[in-house]
Amino acid sequence: MSVVVRTVSRVVAPVALAFGAYVIMHGHLTPGGGFQGGAVVASVVALLVVAFGAERWRKWTHALLPLEDVGAMAFVILAFLGLGATFFRNVLAGSGGLFGAPVPRLGPNPGALNTAGTLPLMNWAVGLKVIAGLGAVVILLSLFGREDG
Amino acid sequence: MKRWLFAAALLVLAGYLLGGSAWLRPFGGPIRSEMDRYFIENAQAEVAANNVVTAIVFDYRGYDTLGEATVLFAAVVGVVLMLRKVKG
Repeated sequence: MSVVVRTVSRVVAPVALAFGAYVIMHGHLTPGGGFQGGAVVASVVALLVVAFGAERWRKWTHALLPLEDVGAMAFVILAFLGLGATFFRNVLAGSGGLFGAPVPRLGPNPGALNTAGTLPLMNWAVGLKVIAGLGAVVILLSLFGREDG
Repeated sequence: MKRWLFAAALLVLAGYLLGGSAWLRPFGGPIRSEMDRYFIENAQAEVAANNVVTAIVFDYRGYDTLGEATVLFAAVVGVVLMLRKVKG
């Protein structure tokens, strides 16, 4: 694309990446979560593909596809953590350790990041999965139909 | 014969669907809100999360999220299988 598009996407891409990371990391406090933040980051991949051409992102798929498996495995392992009681039991909630702080009183987003037990970890796992999966799909679909496809 | 069986099965299915839609509650009237109230009142104590929606998605209905993740995984596997580079 033209130099205008490339320059603007150089400015926008880091901001959108930071916003996606924020949506994923604050999934247990604010609207959004792993799926939504992952979609935001995948849209950054689409922006870069449109601005700089798909060819230079081809080798990224080799890194992104294993990352998707890592996200899926982390999600299932986190679900298995609670198998002492039930599948998907939130073992870390209220335990006092990692993400185990008691939740403050309801209010306008108290913003206590260290709460909600396994929910933030699951958000990260699903976010990694959506980033890697959707990013790889965007790159592969934009490469489809070329001579050297 | 086979066609008649298929038509009869289709009619039965359509009857079930139409009957089910007739049994729905009127639009906009949340009559049975016991479960909503349970989630809103107990999510903070049980899951220790301020975001009740995330508490439902990842804790109360984790199986649903697992299904969503499986759907995404299947979609990615399908795209990669269709668009991979094949030698020869």
